[in-house]
Amino acid sequence: MSLRWRRLGGEQTKVALLALLPSFIVFCVFTVYPLFYSLYMSFFNVHLIASTRRFVGWANYVTLLNNPTFKKAIMNTVHYTIGVVPIGISLSLVVAVLLNNRLRLEGFFRSAFFAPVVTSMVAVSLVWTWMLEPNYGLLNSLLTRIGITGPGWLTDPSWAMTSVIIVSIWKNLGYNMVIFLAGLQDIPSEVYESAQIDGASSVQSFFRMTLPMMKPTIGFASIMSIMSSMKVFSQIYTMTGGGPANSTMVIVYYLYQQAFEFYRAGYASAVAWILFVIIMVFTVIQMRFFKTDY
Amino acid sequence: MNFLRLRTNITRTILYVILLALAISMLLPFAWMLLSSFKAEDEVFTYDMNWLPSRIEFSGYYRALTLQPFLMYGMNSIVVSAIVTTVQVATATLAGYAFARLDFPGRNVIFLIYLSAMMIPVQATIIPAFILINRMGFLDSYQGLTLPFLATPFGAFLMRQFFLSMPKSLEEAAIIDGCSRFGVLLKVVLPLSKPALATLGLFTFMGVWNDFMWPMIITTTAEMRTLQVGLALMRTDLYPDWPMMMAASVMATLPVILAFLSAQKQFIQSLAFTGVKY
Repeated sequence: MSLRWRRLGGEQTKVALLALLPSFIVFCVFTVYPLFYSLYMSFFNVHLIASTRRFVGWANYVTLLNNPTFKKAIMNTVHYTIGVVPIGISLSLVVAVLLNNRLRLEGFFRSAFFAPVVTSMVAVSLVWTWMLEPNYGLLNSLLTRIGITGPGWLTDPSWAMTSVIIVSIWKNLGYNMVIFLAGLQDIPSEVYESAQIDGASSVQSFFRMTLPMMKPTIGFASIMSIMSSMKVFSQIYTMTGGGPANSTMVIVYYLYQQAFEFYRAGYASAVAWILFVIIMVFTVIQMRFFKTDY
Repeated sequence: MNFLRLRTNITRTILYVILLALAISMLLPFAWMLLSSFKAEDEVFTYDMNWLPSRIEFSGYYRALTLQPFLMYGMNSIVVSAIVTTVQVATATLAGYAFARLDFPGRNVIFLIYLSAMMIPVQATIIPAFILINRMGFLDSYQGLTLPFLATPFGAFLMRQFFLSMPKSLEEAAIIDGCSRFGVLLKVVLPLSKPALATLGLFTFMGVWNDFMWPMIITTTAEMRTLQVGLALMRTDLYPDWPMMMAASVMATLPVILAFLSAQKQFIQSLAFTGVKY
């Protein structure tokens, strides 16, 4: 008997089968099957609750790509991503570099930056909605004191997306900061010491050494941020409901509305698959450019 | 030399000032949430905003707890988070151990496939998952709230990485002594895996506790709602009761914040580990 077949019938294989069974079942039932079933459904007109269905071919995709609201949702998602990722990543990197100086109070600072990460998005959104309330909210009250009339942050279509972006940056700053701190700690301190002896200023050593050496980490964090930005939902639901005037309508909120408010399961599945393909493209980019080793 | 030290001192001071300003702006919303929660219902509606409540009122908390079944939301959140955390830690331990230690055909390929599923957005599967749960008759039930999360690639991955970092010799010795594989896992490996189990448990609990989209679509009555769903539904545009909403937010946030503060070092380290290494 070949080694391979002995392994197949071997004791370890049996144990492994048993050990993997629960994960395998959950994986198949709640990930693999739904993923392909949603592809299948996207070619039908399906009611979410009633089991009526009609084959429509590519019609859902055609309607979708011609739908102005969906187009707006894609543009808004891109807008949101462009608003969140570069600023969020740069800010967290700066904070991480500042924190990486063996400071007193380092623990306090880290906790302060990290606290929003552990707080639920819904609670965060509620607090910010209250802070951004146009008449009595904290921000506009403070602005009034210095003689500025603040905008209706979440009620004005030209400000709503900016407000959501600010909240998201605030919420996720600590997450990327921790990833950057870990990356910074991998840079050997001799590198900085020799630079200091050569008379490099801290700004110089940031741009000449920290930044190049952190490139893989920055790339990784950026891709992860882009992917989570594509899936933005909770803050939109709680703060704006996609409004005002669809100014914060994003892909996932559109999917949610179509599927769970209008029960258009097939149509919404087409949205789901478009989102899935977009995310996969970024995943492939990530795997190509940032070699991960397991 | 003195000049240099002076320069470093000045830079250090500037550094502290910048960080302190940033840290305060990070904590400000929390302070505002807490302060507002102790204000009277109408006290927040004043153009002349005050930081501190004129007197400490618990009426926001009272309304949050009585106008809605808020305690029930809390109970549901605890039950759902506890079930998912317990079961997921168990399934992840089993799967992680199989991927790390057991020799079976196709192990690495299966692991990679399972791992890459981490990239599939929940939103891509949420509609069929909903339909499935509905057909199973589990809409608006603990089963519906927990079933999809009882095993995740992330958990298996985390445990596998931890097991790989453990020396094999103890397990081998136990096997030579005639211990079965499951016996080894239970008696030798698990007692040494407490940090990893705690990390995974903490992450899972927090993730489930804060999860919003799934519980929101899968619950249809107030009796089954979790805290996050209850919180989100408190928001109304007409006559918003901010002190009540802030009080509810405080109560929903406090458990995770306390858990975080009590284990923050481990928390941040393991997040860095999981974030950078996969």
